[in-house]
This record gives sequence, structure tokens and C-alpha cells, in this order.
Amino acid sequence: MTDRLRDKIIPVTVILAAIVVAWYVGSYAMNAPFQRDLDRRAGVTSTTWEFVVKTMSQPKPTLPAPHQVAVNFVENTFFRKVTSNRSLVYHAAVTLSSTVLGFAFGTVLGILIAVGIVHVVTLDRSLMPWIITSQTIPILALAPMIIVVLAAVGITGLIPKALISTYLSFFPVAVGMVKGLRSPEIMHLDLMHTYNASAGQVFWKLRVPASVPFLFASMKVAVAASLVGAIVGELPTGAVAGIGSKLLSGSYYSQTIDMFAALVAGSIVAILLVSLVGLAGRITERVMGARPA
Amino acid sequence: MISAKGLDLTFQTGDGPVHALSNVDLEIGKGEFVSFIGPSGCGKTTFLRVIADLEQPTGGAITVNGMSPQEARRRRAYGYVFQAAALYPWRTIEKNVALPLEIMGISAAEQRERVKRTLDLVNLTGFGKKFPWQLSGGMQQRASIARALAFDADLLLMDEPFGALDEIVRDHLNEQLLELWARTNKTICFVTHSIPEAVYLSTKIVVMSPRPGRVTDVINSTLPKERPLDIRESTEFLAIAHRVREGLRAGQSYED
Amino acid sequence: MNPIALLPWQSVAALLAAIVALAGLPILPDGMAPASTALVFLLVLTGALVPLLRLPTATESFVLFAAAHGPVYLLLSGITGHEGQAGLAFFALVAASWLIAWRLVTVLSLARPTSRPMGTLLRLVVPTLFGVWLLLLWEAIVRGAGIPFILLPPPSLIGVRIANSLPILAADVQQTIFKSVFAGYFMGCAAGFSVAILADRFVFLRRGLMPIGNMVSALPIIGVAPIMVMWFGFDWPSKAAVVVIMTFFPMLVNTVAGLTAAGSMERDLMRTYAAGYWQTLWKLRLPAAAPFIFNALKINSTLALIGAIVAEFFGTPVVGMGFRISTEVGRMNVDMVWAEIAVAALAGSIFYGVLALIERAVTFWHPSVRGG
Repeated sequence: MTDRLRDKIIPVTVILAAIVVAWYVGSYAMNAPFQRDLDRRAGVTSTTWEFVVKTMSQPKPTLPAPHQVAVNFVENTFFRKVTSNRSLVYHAAVTLSSTVLGFAFGTVLGILIAVGIVHVVTLDRSLMPWIITSQTIPILALAPMIIVVLAAVGITGLIPKALISTYLSFFPVAVGMVKGLRSPEIMHLDLMHTYNASAGQVFWKLRVPASVPFLFASMKVAVAASLVGAIVGELPTGAVAGIGSKLLSGSYYSQTIDMFAALVAGSIVAILLVSLVGLAGRITERVMGARPA
Repeated sequence: MISAKGLDLTFQTGDGPVHALSNVDLEIGKGEFVSFIGPSGCGKTTFLRVIADLEQPTGGAITVNGMSPQEARRRRAYGYVFQAAALYPWRTIEKNVALPLEIMGISAAEQRERVKRTLDLVNLTGFGKKFPWQLSGGMQQRASIARALAFDADLLLMDEPFGALDEIVRDHLNEQLLELWARTNKTICFVTHSIPEAVYLSTKIVVMSPRPGRVTDVINSTLPKERPLDIRESTEFLAIAHRVREGLRAGQSYED
Repeated sequence: MNPIALLPWQSVAALLAAIVALAGLPILPDGMAPASTALVFLLVLTGALVPLLRLPTATESFVLFAAAHGPVYLLLSGITGHEGQAGLAFFALVAASWLIAWRLVTVLSLARPTSRPMGTLLRLVVPTLFGVWLLLLWEAIVRGAGIPFILLPPPSLIGVRIANSLPILAADVQQTIFKSVFAGYFMGCAAGFSVAILADRFVFLRRGLMPIGNMVSALPIIGVAPIMVMWFGFDWPSKAAVVVIMTFFPMLVNTVAGLTAAGSMERDLMRTYAAGYWQTLWKLRLPAAAPFIFNALKINSTLALIGAIVAEFFGTPVVGMGFRISTEVGRMNVDMVWAEIAVAALAGSIFYGVLALIERAVTFWHPSVRGG
């Protein structure tokens, strides 16, 4: 425990504290010119301390101070009805629902494609190079078009955003699962061969269990990508709800505090999702007898 | 039990053909303990893999129990022990031993009974619920031997099973292996690169040499079936070891 | 023995599709000459039955190639101008030629190349065929089913659009890639690398930064885009800023991980030489870290493009790939959007490919490179 305190908790806390301090200094520096302007026009002279406080209590600061963001976040998370348009819980839930739906689709699709690639030589030779190449392509650029085109044929709301999340999340899962299903050593495969095991037996008793760590590792990447997909999917149509739309409306009206609070909400959702997947992975691997880390 | 006539195996590689086996003739009788010894690249492992139908010969003929290797594999006629334990890390020891039984469709009750019996046989009683990483290297290798014994094949193929273990553990396992062989009356083919190990264990020692892989000498051991560890200091033992060494040297002489 | 049983399943399915097509004739109410219809059937039958002849692989591949691409060419030129009039026969025949192409890809995948250049060629041809057929099927379905081009333009129209808008596309690439992406990428990677060296020098910094850096990789950092646009204005600096933030952390995390990659024995060797920190870093640990650093550079190449394009959705001068995509989507000029995406894909692949080539040259000693 003391090791953990020394090696992790104290350094991380100190660095985080340093970031907060830097943030305060930054917000003073970035908001000061505008505040000076205001003061000069109003003919106010204030002490240094009063001036510092004022730079950190502007309604639309260039860089809001951490406490402004925190207050906004807490207010809009805990003190609003979840049905309210201003509630961050409401917006996070909207984004979360399409993220999870798309992530589930993407994972299933990715696994199916990986199984096909591992078992059908033709798919391996023809499809695999494209899957690898497609990871180098900024696919997110397709997002606005998917939203608009689907809207034109009458599909709106959850599904188009979930589709973007699906195609962002299926790539990592497919690539990870191909690696995982191919991870058994030759010796393990030879062993199955000496038992005259069928392809199905090799698949279920060897390839699938061997691929589990790879699956969870790629699912962690995929769920983060899903969230990005859902947020970007909320940008182009001026969607009315979701973290992406909150960012967009914030940028229209220069409500920087709102934007930062929305970012914090998005980050918390991301950390929750990735931690959940990681936890599920650790539990599964523990049940399967992995050596505790 | 195993009969090879004029066996050839040539691998096509990027640097041209490699003659892993060339004109190998060998007869192995039931109940024998045969060691294959030779420097790396002499084809001893390849020969074992041909018996196991893990490689296909490019020439000659081989039968296992009077059948083709493929047929023998289909009938699950042999158990194979690899260089490493090759236990599945997500299965407990008893689940690992039960793996071939599951694949062969043996009932759960019978599986339990056989797993217990074979774990007793390799002195791993009580370790069934452990995962592989909780066992020492020697115990892991014993578990993999139990896995090869679990389905009662007459033939046991062992590819340098103790090569990765230290000498003290290896001595101990050699002793246990002999005991196990005496009790079960199996035919064992054993690949090794240790001369004392080959002489200590075998009734027949096959000396091989590389490029092309071939048999240079077959030595029938005159040692008694009962072999305490200190037999390795007897003059008879040293004489056989000497002959093996001579065979290995002869195989190397016209190499360079 | 029944000859059908000797055929691979793709051929049997192609034959069935051809029979379905016969029942559903004509292929198009007007627009297909009887001669081309007959030719289509002839080619499909040849392609379906050629496996019976047990020809050498090369010959069989040529026949299959002709038998797959001939019909689809005739069918596509027939449907052009008669969009949406295709009946069952059209789709059945497209499916038949696709199945023959699949047979071709299978034959090529199983072929054992006799020489190294042949092997390389095969490794390129097979995925190329797959990609081409993706486009062909897209074209056939869009034109055959008469999907409005405004929703999903066929690839041929996208190609035409690319050819006709080269100056616009070039200007967008200039703005987005040569200004925003490159500037941000270099600054972000350099900053990540420098901080990684610092973190390596000071253990406390590393212990504090690494958990944060790992966590940040999961966050939707792209969300800072609107804030950067507010701070740095509409032109490229705001996009570069987004790219800097997105590329910083992967570089930091990977470099720090890579710097621990050198084995303890090699490090002890440097100690026995009484080598200083910078000597050890330069001669041992940076080379050992190179695969990790290149991994970060490659990840960042994609992230940089995404960052710049998405940041442009929040506001740009009237040029740039993200700007073009969002405005043309708004005007329902979907073909222009596809053209822009094709260019982005090409740029992304080239960017990544160049990095991969440099990586091969620098880390030639690494097993993953030596192994092919």
C-alpha cells in the first residue's frame, strides 16, 4: 500500500494539482485583457486581488477557471431534473445510449468478420488488407453524410449515430479478434491435431479462450471510439440533445463554461465505459484462471 | 509397432530444399523405450512428427500399429508430449488433462475417473484444481504427460519433454518416467539431445546425424529393466554412452 | 459421378443465378441488345463451368477474369441511362458474375506462387479485386435499383466529380493537410516526445504523467475543437491546435513505454562502459524505442487527419476538407462529399504508408520487419 502511495497516488495527485494551478494561471492570463478593457470602460479601479477574482467570474470567459467549470458541472448534473434540457445527465444519457448501441453492434460485427477472416482463406487475402488500410483513413469524416442522408430517407435520432459508432468500433474489434483467434501457439494447435479434433472443437476449445484477452483489449479501444463517433454524430444536424450538441450550442453562444462542463461530462462517460469494459475483462480473465497482475 | 522403410522428407524453403529425413529405416517393437539422439537439424523431431502425422513424408513408407500415421491419429493411437508443457492457461490442471477426453466425447463421469487416475500416475494428486502458472516447470511437464496418458493410447511420443528443465528436476522425472513405463507397459519414443538421458532411459537408442537427416547407428541397450539412478556410474552404462558418442562423432565427421 | 458435384459452390450458385435470370428475362425492358444478352449468358456459363476442365491455375484465372468482368461490364453499360428499370434478371446476372469473381479470388488465394515477385503480385491483386468488386456492386445496386443519386451516388459519378473538381480538392488538401495537419502533427509529436524524455529523466514526473496519459487516450479529446476555434480563430491555427492536443498523448505514452524496452542486460553493458545518461539514451534506448515511437507516429497520422477535419466542422474560412464536407452535405451535394472522403482516404493512406516505409528503413533490425 505504501508502495502504491509512493509510486502512483502521490505523483499523480501532484501532477494533477500542478495542472489545476497552471489552469488557474492560464485563465487569469487569458481573461485579464478583456477584464482590463471592461474595467477601463466602466472607469473602475480595483486592487490586484479584486481584479484576479473578477477574471475568474466572467460569465463568458475565454478560459473558465476550474471552479467555474466545477460549479456548472455539479449544478447541471445533480441539481437539475434529468428531463431538463440543461441537465448534463440528460445529454450524457442521450449520447450514452447511441454509444452503447453502436458499440454492441460493432463488437458483434467485428467478431463475426474476424471469425470469417480466420476461417476463409479468400476473406483473409481479400478483406484483411482493406480492414488494415481502413484504419489509416479518417472515417469520422463520413459522419455528417451518414446523418444527413439517413435523415433524408426518414431515419433520424438514435440509429444514425449508433451506425457511426458501429463502424468506428468494429475495426478495432475485428483486427484484435483476428490477432486473438490466431494467437494460439503452433504447439497448442498441433496438440489439437494429434487428438484429431474437428475445426469446431479447435475453435471453441482453443481459439475462443485464447482470444479473450485480445477481445477485451480491443473492446476498450472500441468503446472509446464509439463515444467519439456518437459525439461527432451529434454535430452536423444541430441535434437537440447529447454531449456533441451541447458543445455545438456552446460554441454558437460562446458559453465556454457550458462547453467545458460538457467536455467533463463526456470524459466521465468515457472513463466509466472504458473502466467497465476493463473490469469485465479482468473478471472474465480471473475466472479463466489468469495470473493476477 | 512402428515400421519405417526408406523414409524421406524434404522441406522446400526460401533457401532451397532441406533434407530433414533421408532414407530412414527403423523398426520399433511393442513395449520398447526408444530414444532418438543427435545434434539439432538431424531430423529426430521431424521423425517423431511424421509418426504423429504432424508432417507428411515425401518418400518411403511408414506404418504405426500397422496403419498409416493419419489413420493412427484418427484412432487416437498415441499421446504426444511437446518440448514445453503446452497446457492451456485458462484451464485448471484437471481440465487440461480432460481436454483430449472432451474432444473424444468421453462421458463426464469417466472423464473424472480417468483424470484422477492419470494425475495419481504422475504424482500430481491434489493439484487438479490449480492453474498451470501455479505449478513449477517440472510439475507442468508432468501434467502434460498425464494429459498424453489420459486416453490410454499404447504409444507415447515425447519430443524433448524435459529439455527446458534443470538437471536435478530432470533426473527426478527420468526416474519417474521409467517407473511409469514399467507400470503401464507402453511403447515410448523419446527425443533428446542428452546422452546420459538417452542411455539411462532406453531399451534402444537411435543415433541420428544432420544434412541430410539420417540414422547412423541403432544401439540395443544391455542395461537391465530395473535402473536405479546410480546405474549411470556402471561400466556398462559408460560403454553404451561411449558408443553413442562415437556414433554422433561419426555422423559429424563428413560434414564440413 | 454427377458433374455438378465436381463444381465449387460458387460455380453452382452462379449457375443457379443464371437459371433464375433466364426465368426473369429480359434483363432490361429496353437498352440491351439481344446479342449482348446472349454474350452475358455465354460468359457466365463459361465462368461457372470452367472449373470442370481442370485447367492450369493461370489459364483458369484468365478465363474466370474474363467471365466475371465481361458480363458486369455489359450489364453496367446497359443499365446506364436506364436507372431503376432493372428486373430480377439483372441482379441475378450481377450476382452470377460476382460469384465467378469470388471463385477467381479463391483460386488466386490458394495459388502457390512460384517466385517472390509473383507472390507479391498475388498479394496485391487479390485485395484489389475485392475492392473493385465492392465498387462494381455499389454501382450495379445504385443504378439497378434506381437509388436517387442525391442519396448515394454511384462510384463512376464520384470519379467524374473528382476529375471535375481537382482545383477545389487541391485547395482543400492544401488548407487542411499541408497547413493544419502537418503543423499540428509536428508540434504535437515533438512536444510529446520532449515531455517523454523529461518524464524518463525524472521518475516522479513519469509516475505522475503515465496514468494520466493512459487515461486521456480514452477521452473524446476531439471535443476541444470548438474551444480551440474560439481561441485561435477560424483559420488553420485552431485546427493545428486540436491536432497538437490529439497527437501529444499517444506520442508521450508510447515513447515512455518504448524507453523502457531496452533489455536490462544491454543496459548493464552500457553501465560497465560507464556511459552517461545521454550516451545510453542515444546509443541504446532510443533505437530500442524506435518501434514504439513509430507506432505513435502512425496512430497520430490518422488522429491528426480526424482532428483537423472535425475541427473544421466548427468553423473555417471557405476552404478545407472538413468545411467542404459539412457545407456540401448541407446542400445535398453528396457526390462532392464522397469525392472529399476519397481524397481524405487517399491522403491518410499515403501519410501512413510513407511513415511505414521510413519505419522499415529505420527499424530494419526489428523482428516484425525482418519477418516480412
